[in-house]
Amino acid sequence: MKHRYWALLLLLPFILFFAVFQLVPLAWIMVASFVTVDGEWGLSNYRDVLDSPFYLQAIRYSLEISLWSSLLGLAIAVIGVQSLRQVDSRLRDMVISFTNMTSNFAGVPLAFAFIILLGFNGTLTLLLKQLGVIEDFNLYTKGGLILIYTYFQIPLGVLLLYPAFDALRDDWRESAALLGAGPLRYWRHIALPVLTPALLGTFVILLANALGAYATVYALTTGNFNVVPVRIAALVAGDIYLDPNLASALAMLLVALMAVITVVHQWLLKRSYHGKG
Amino acid sequence: MARASMYHRLVVWLLLLVLVLPLAATLLYSLATQWSASLLPAGLTFDWYLRLWSEPRFLAAFGRSLLVCAGALAFACLLVLPAMFVIAYHFPRLDAVMNVLILLPFAVPPVVSSVGLLQLFAGGPLALVGTPWILIGCYFTIALPFLYRALTNNLQAIELRDLMDAAHLLGASTFRAALSVVLPNLRKGLVVAVLLSFSFLIGEFVFANLLVGTRYETLQVYLNNMRNGSGHFTSALVISYFMVVLLVTWAANRLNRDPSSS
Repeated sequence: MKHRYWALLLLLPFILFFAVFQLVPLAWIMVASFVTVDGEWGLSNYRDVLDSPFYLQAIRYSLEISLWSSLLGLAIAVIGVQSLRQVDSRLRDMVISFTNMTSNFAGVPLAFAFIILLGFNGTLTLLLKQLGVIEDFNLYTKGGLILIYTYFQIPLGVLLLYPAFDALRDDWRESAALLGAGPLRYWRHIALPVLTPALLGTFVILLANALGAYATVYALTTGNFNVVPVRIAALVAGDIYLDPNLASALAMLLVALMAVITVVHQWLLKRSYHGKG
Repeated sequence: MARASMYHRLVVWLLLLVLVLPLAATLLYSLATQWSASLLPAGLTFDWYLRLWSEPRFLAAFGRSLLVCAGALAFACLLVLPAMFVIAYHFPRLDAVMNVLILLPFAVPPVVSSVGLLQLFAGGPLALVGTPWILIGCYFTIALPFLYRALTNNLQAIELRDLMDAAHLLGASTFRAALSVVLPNLRKGLVVAVLLSFSFLIGEFVFANLLVGTRYETLQVYLNNMRNGSGHFTSALVISYFMVVLLVTWAANRLNRDPSSS
């Protein structure tokens, strides 16, 4: 028995370092967000954020970009995975390995690659302009950011969804076809209900991934596009105006947003087909 | 049936095309002598790569990145391996607690953690901001969920209890058994997990830029600071970085599939 408690000591360094680099900073933010400029307790930081059109705009842009890029990324991943499971294994393995590698292709390198491809003088921009497909394209706008965010959501979506499609058995499709259901009805009544929990779970992860993303948007716009992570970083490491307590309130709101999404996800899961069973 | 399989092949190739496109454009750009306002580059050259790989500032940044990532992973293994063994062997019920704890580095974005880290380590006894040490600590938390999950799966696969009982019967102490019986059995899983963690740690930018910046310039920070330089030069940098990631993930996959190396 004594042996067991000695073993507990081996856990100590791990707990200590995890606390120092993960738990304590988080706790510090929680506390600091409730400390006012005068050093007293209060909600003034939160009030400042929620009264400011500038910060509200950042929250709105963050939500819009995250929502659209997650939806688009999820849709592309569903269509892609559905087809990936039907092609021969050599092509499939090649694409899966490549997807695995591109899931690491995010942040600064991705932003630079997109500037070369779709910036003002980007290769694809010029090609599409010469073909007359587009008049002009500005990567440094909300639409451009949704595009680049969607790009880094696709590999993540594919990798998360691929195993989930194991749940769909081939004979279900055949049975449905025998009973006279076309592909649309098969998806509507069989595939989608079975996949709902996986789709919701993937969507939540993509959403959180986009909400917290900082490197890509920072590198693309040198911190000039107004989203929450950029605002937080500017408040603690910018060169104009520093306010760590306000940054803490903003950070807490971001974490709260993610928490709300997770709670809604759990609630939806309970209501879904699987929760009832 | 033939039409359906054509459709699926088309979708997969389109997916691949979309994923390849930014990389292909960057690769071509890094090999171009000059490329502006035309569909194809004026000529091809290896000059940008030669220039990059003889640039002392790049080599220094690359070296620092390797050092920080390797240091963080060594540190993470040193902390995680004993903790995992103790939990798996003595306190299996703590596994549930761990599974909640390791969600935190996933759920809390680095930009949020940075707010607290910057205030806590700016001065005082732990003035770590601006030094590589704070990155080693932060990268330990980033790699942790991944290492823990991968190693738990490996531990479950090796019948830990039977192995330990056998070692005890043969007279080994718990410590000795853990070190010379359990650890070698985990070796392959550990190497794969470390290689894959390395491939995403070397791409980490948020902590590196916010907590340390140019005071200990790592690869990603250097890349960002080169934004106003030649696009061909930064392209060569992006492709070189991606090649390193490619090599590491390829090695991990090879090792994972190869049954003889376990």
